[in-house]
Amino acid sequence: MDSNLKKLSMQVNLDDLMPASEKEKEYMVKMRPSTTAFQDGVKRLKKNKVAMVSFAIIILITLASIVVPMFWPYKYEAMLGVTPGKPVDASFNNLRPFEYSKSEEKRIEEGEKVFPHVFGTDSSGRDYFIRVIYGTRISLAVGFFASIIVLVIGLVVGSVAGYAGGMVDIIIMRIVDVIYSLPDMLMVILLASVLREPLGKALEGTVLEKIGSNIISLFIIFALLYWVSMSRLIRGQILSLREQEYVLAAQASGAKGSWVIRKHLIPNSISVIVISTALQIPNAIFTESYLSFLGLGVNAPMPSLGSLASDALNGLKSYPYRLVIPALVISLIVLSLNLFGDGLRDAFDPKLNG
Amino acid sequence: MNPKTISYIIKRLILAVFTVWVVFTLTFFIMHAVPGGPFVGEKAISKAAQQALEAKYGLDKPLSTQYFTYLNDVVHLRFGPSLKQRGRMVIDIMADGLKTSAKLGVVAAVLALIIGVVLGAGAALRRNTILDRIIMVLTTAFVSMPSFIMGSLLLVVFAIKLKVLPANGAAAGGLILPIITLMLYPMAYITRLTRSSMLDVLGQDYIRTAKAKGVPAGKIIFGHALKNSLIPVITYFGPMLAYIVTGSLVVEQIFAVPGIGRAFVSSIINRDYMMIMGTTIVLATLIVVMNLVSDILYKVVDPRITLE
Repeated sequence: MDSNLKKLSMQVNLDDLMPASEKEKEYMVKMRPSTTAFQDGVKRLKKNKVAMVSFAIIILITLASIVVPMFWPYKYEAMLGVTPGKPVDASFNNLRPFEYSKSEEKRIEEGEKVFPHVFGTDSSGRDYFIRVIYGTRISLAVGFFASIIVLVIGLVVGSVAGYAGGMVDIIIMRIVDVIYSLPDMLMVILLASVLREPLGKALEGTVLEKIGSNIISLFIIFALLYWVSMSRLIRGQILSLREQEYVLAAQASGAKGSWVIRKHLIPNSISVIVISTALQIPNAIFTESYLSFLGLGVNAPMPSLGSLASDALNGLKSYPYRLVIPALVISLIVLSLNLFGDGLRDAFDPKLNG
Repeated sequence: MNPKTISYIIKRLILAVFTVWVVFTLTFFIMHAVPGGPFVGEKAISKAAQQALEAKYGLDKPLSTQYFTYLNDVVHLRFGPSLKQRGRMVIDIMADGLKTSAKLGVVAAVLALIIGVVLGAGAALRRNTILDRIIMVLTTAFVSMPSFIMGSLLLVVFAIKLKVLPANGAAAGGLILPIITLMLYPMAYITRLTRSSMLDVLGQDYIRTAKAKGVPAGKIIFGHALKNSLIPVITYFGPMLAYIVTGSLVVEQIFAVPGIGRAFVSSIINRDYMMIMGTTIVLATLIVVMNLVSDILYKVVDPRITLE
């Protein structure tokens, strides 16, 4: 009671009203560099051990598939027993891991160094290790490009539907509904089997011929069927972002629709987009290997992990490792991409975690 | 059922019928866009013979007439003759195959469901124990392994190395390996689904209330927790069937099971167009119908779910 009364008597300490000295300021303001949402996410991602290990595996496999063919002495399509002008040397065919053919053994006896066939050779005398490496490269490339195609189409359609709204939105979304409920794998097989031949003819003599009609038809299939879930996702994002004040502000100051989409809506939904693209890659790899396994994938002699597994079925009794190796590589790639995608989702968009 | 549910069901029915029609139309026009038509690849066929063949199968009529004729045929389950297996009708080949495939698919689905729910509930109740860890690691592995690889590996281990099960699907007990192959992925998926929804339910207030009232643990688990955590599993019915249908295409190929999936794949390799159209339409309809049933069931079972 007493102390309260004293305070009422306006005994103000003038020191309290003086401007703060530099020292005091330093004490008050904790200098910490501001972190952006992106840095925050990276920090969270780095803490996630499973995701980081998966990421390391993906990088390792990708690097190996690019670097190893540069110095490996064998080519993926070279049948080692076949030399022009000489009879075929069948002792090159079906070598077990680290076995040598007769002519190679002779060369070793003569003191020459012969590079070992780490995984042996296949029934046509091709070095199996380099075929697995090359197959990995093809599978990864197909997965990556197919996802990019899906991303671009889904992004364009989804953002137009979400931003335009009204009739445009309704029509696009009905089309999406129908494509979404199509049994995708059946349609993929059907299209792959039908597109092969006409595409092969159409591509003759062009740059694309080297890629092969089957891979191109695979890309076309992805472009036709798999964009729907991406466009649904992006439309949903755009719909919720469209109501934000900053969009209204941009519109009020005369921004055009395409500007608002490019500068405001897409940058703000980027994390969702990146994450679902990352999760799309293993999906595409899986589809490619499935089609290759049915004989609808890459064109021979180009290998993919699926076609290697499929070829291995013929000599399964004697050479089971020829199936096991590509099988393990596919599973490892799909597993680590999925785990890394999950890690990305947890780190950058905790809301998505469901 | 409230009127909203009924209107939802009608909407989904219309979409399903429309989807089947789109599949039919796409299949028809894709097959007819193939250069050379169905008889391409036959060895040096004379022009007169080709015309005779086309006349026999009605391929000389305008495309629109062919379309409506075939649509009418399909509605009446007439899929025409097989072009490669002379003298057999597509519908008979499919019926033969479906018997085997249905056995394979139904057993795989039921096993996946039972084992998946048991493992998932077990993992949730023993959360963070060794049992939970083992179940999660195994299911992660199964989910990321494509079915054709799983099948081939099982074939190597059990049929070739250990020689305990037959590799040929037509032999006695030959369906065991294909069933296991088809079952593992949906089983792993259901396990994970049940585990996470069970964990969710176990944290709810009504479980705490039941515990506080002194309801015995068994009754809480079976009467309250399990019943409610099975709802998300119902949504997986449709996708599971779709997975089993497409999975059976390769699995039947690996194990030489005489089913409809193998008929589909070999019809593609042999370019048997009537057969390809027939199997695509039948399998697609099957998938669409199962998706429809699982969606409707989901809304009916859980009235809390808001309808679009």
